[in-house]
Amino acid sequence: MKPELFLGNEAVAQAAIDAGISGVYAYPGTPSTEITEYIQQSKQALDRQVRCNWSANEKTAYEAALGMSYAGKRALVCMKQVGLNVAADVFINSAITGVNGGLVLAVADDPGMHSSQNEQDSRFYGKFAMIPVLEPSNQQESYNMAYEAFQLSEQSQLPVMLRLTTRLSHTRSGVLRREVLQPKSLKLPQSSKQFLLLPIFARKNYRHLLEKQDLLQEWAEQSKYNFFRDGADKSLGVVCCGLGWNYFQEVFADSEIPYPRVKISQYPVPVSIIRKLEELCDELLVVEEGYPLVEEQLHDFFGKGKPVHGKLDGTIDRQGELTTDKVGRALAVIYDEPFSVPECVVPRPPSFCMGCGHVDAFKALDEAIASYGAGHIFSDIGCYALAALPPFESIYTCVDMGASITMAKGAADAGFFPAIAVLGDSTFAHSGITGLLDAVNEKTNMLIVISDNQSVSMTGGQDSAAKDIIETICVGLGVDTRHIRVFVPLKKNHEEMVQIFKEEIEFEGVSVVIPRRECLQKAMWRMKRNKTK
Amino acid sequence: MKTDVILAGVGGQGILSMGAIIGLAALEEGLHLKQSETHGMSQRGGAVVSHVRLSDRSVYADLIHHGQADLILAVEPMEALRQLPFLKKDGYLITNTDPFTNLPNYPEIGKIQEALDQLPKVLKIDATDLARDIGHAKSSNIIMLGALSAFVHISVQSFEKGIETVFAGKGEDVVEFNKQAFHLGRKVALTTV
Ligand code: SF4
Repeated sequence: MKPELFLGNEAVAQAAIDAGISGVYAYPGTPSTEITEYIQQSKQALDRQVRCNWSANEKTAYEAALGMSYAGKRALVCMKQVGLNVAADVFINSAITGVNGGLVLAVADDPGMHSSQNEQDSRFYGKFAMIPVLEPSNQQESYNMAYEAFQLSEQSQLPVMLRLTTRLSHTRSGVLRREVLQPKSLKLPQSSKQFLLLPIFARKNYRHLLEKQDLLQEWAEQSKYNFFRDGADKSLGVVCCGLGWNYFQEVFADSEIPYPRVKISQYPVPVSIIRKLEELCDELLVVEEGYPLVEEQLHDFFGKGKPVHGKLDGTIDRQGELTTDKVGRALAVIYDEPFSVPECVVPRPPSFCMGCGHVDAFKALDEAIASYGAGHIFSDIGCYALAALPPFESIYTCVDMGASITMAKGAADAGFFPAIAVLGDSTFAHSGITGLLDAVNEKTNMLIVISDNQSVSMTGGQDSAAKDIIETICVGLGVDTRHIRVFVPLKKNHEEMVQIFKEEIEFEGVSVVIPRRECLQKAMWRMKRNKTK
Repeated sequence: MKTDVILAGVGGQGILSMGAIIGLAALEEGLHLKQSETHGMSQRGGAVVSHVRLSDRSVYADLIHHGQADLILAVEPMEALRQLPFLKKDGYLITNTDPFTNLPNYPEIGKIQEALDQLPKVLKIDATDLARDIGHAKSSNIIMLGALSAFVHISVQSFEKGIETVFAGKGEDVVEFNKQAFHLGRKVALTTV
């Protein structure tokens, strides 16, 4: 067999298909998006009728995957790190229900915040839920671990988390595939009470989960992905997690690695392997991508013993992505940097595409509210958040999916006027709907702008779950039809748009304005996709 | 034999397809490789960079460290300069000279020229003009890729295979003019260096 070229995310997707999944559930989010996209475009998945549409949000995605597992089949659910917060409710509970068919959560963290609001480390969620976590260090491991995770899930009867990070997700490398497995057949859970988290059953399930911990620990100690390698220089022992292993090895790419070391890619943390290192060495260094999860635990285990270095004591910068430079510096290896960036170079931030409909909508909105001063627009996550940057600088908030409506509502409750929320069609479907319901119920005096570009554009043009039904949803939630206004955001309609915005700001109550024009990129992507089909 | 390459440009300029072609070509040659990509927010007209690491031995890190890149290949001159901290002392900078000015404060082109000319090893190509000359304005990134081919240990055949695979979905004529662009870039590099 020859290696094939796969992005880390694609390797995960192909492994899941080869492992016989019956469905993938996801909401798009960088850096996780390509996992689902790959499955959507895979002929093999199509032939097998693998279910692969986008879900409205991460919580619905996770719940549906859990349902597929309930029915005895293997399911994959994918999201980015902040998406796991949305799915946290069902995620934590799924550790208590356990699974039936193998359930794997692929979650892609974004250290360095390349396209995220935070750097949170999903391994903490895995630890919190007390489930096995796998953290691959390269594309081949991504494939292997995703492939084996389904079996691990079935064996432990628990969901398994595959923790990826931007760099791994978005790096290509050669990957060898394995035997293609048949999908599982339908089969109900053995116990009819397993998925019933009523307190009497939940207590029992929780006890089971606690009892499994020793087994998970034992598996981690024996895992082929966790190992010890000896080195001559016992002054330092190095613990590397996931990608950290690569950067550590890179520092010594042209020479022998002097230090004894441990690689961790399966959690819970394999205590006995690290203990061996601790006994052998004078000091420890922990190299991990994300938060100091392992480092904190080492302090707990050996806190009164030998010094432990890493992100907590500043040996490695706590913020941002791990790099060879950072790891090298921690090991007192200094790299030459013969050239520096010339002074004339200026930043080139992302910006709206030329001719984007959001731009025309913002221009009209900005004009309509000019007399009120700054600070009235609550925004959400999507291309339109680029209005935070020059030349617009007209939005003041961007916190989490759906927060535009609810934050504007809170401000309106406080007496703030005008309170205006701007969000996109997909974000509205993701978690704007419930906020709108609150506003309607309380007749909040606010304006909601659903800038409908008929696309999830930030992540590559996926369809929104509210496609073509936004007005119907608004009416269904109780918005007065006279205050649902739709127009086409184009320069030539500027006066009309300003007028509509002004009228709806003046209206006391909930109004929804929908500028609607397809995203230019989406149109291109759509044409491309139709062509290749 | 290890070659570390930084690809630089602006979102939408074809960095992803360049990276994919190099990756396919390297695999064809049986090399180890890692090629990182930029996705998401920064693609919307922002700066984009890809680290490509090729070797006949194992490649560990996904990112090249500072001062270690053998080559910077840029499809836009200011983006080339932005990546300078990665370049080795004796590394080569190859750049398209045509600026992508989607910024109000894009520096004076003279200043950029000056900074480029101070480098010991630099190859400047007006790939945009060359691409227009052959009637395919969009192929300037593949012209730059052709220039790169003169510096790495990958055969022309393997590059061609990569081009075929990446553009297969777009029809045979697209494959053909991209091959033509590739050879043009390669020739320019071979005759100037
Ligand atoms: S991708 Fe679409 S929505 Fe985003 S800025 Fe470009 S045209 Fe506008």
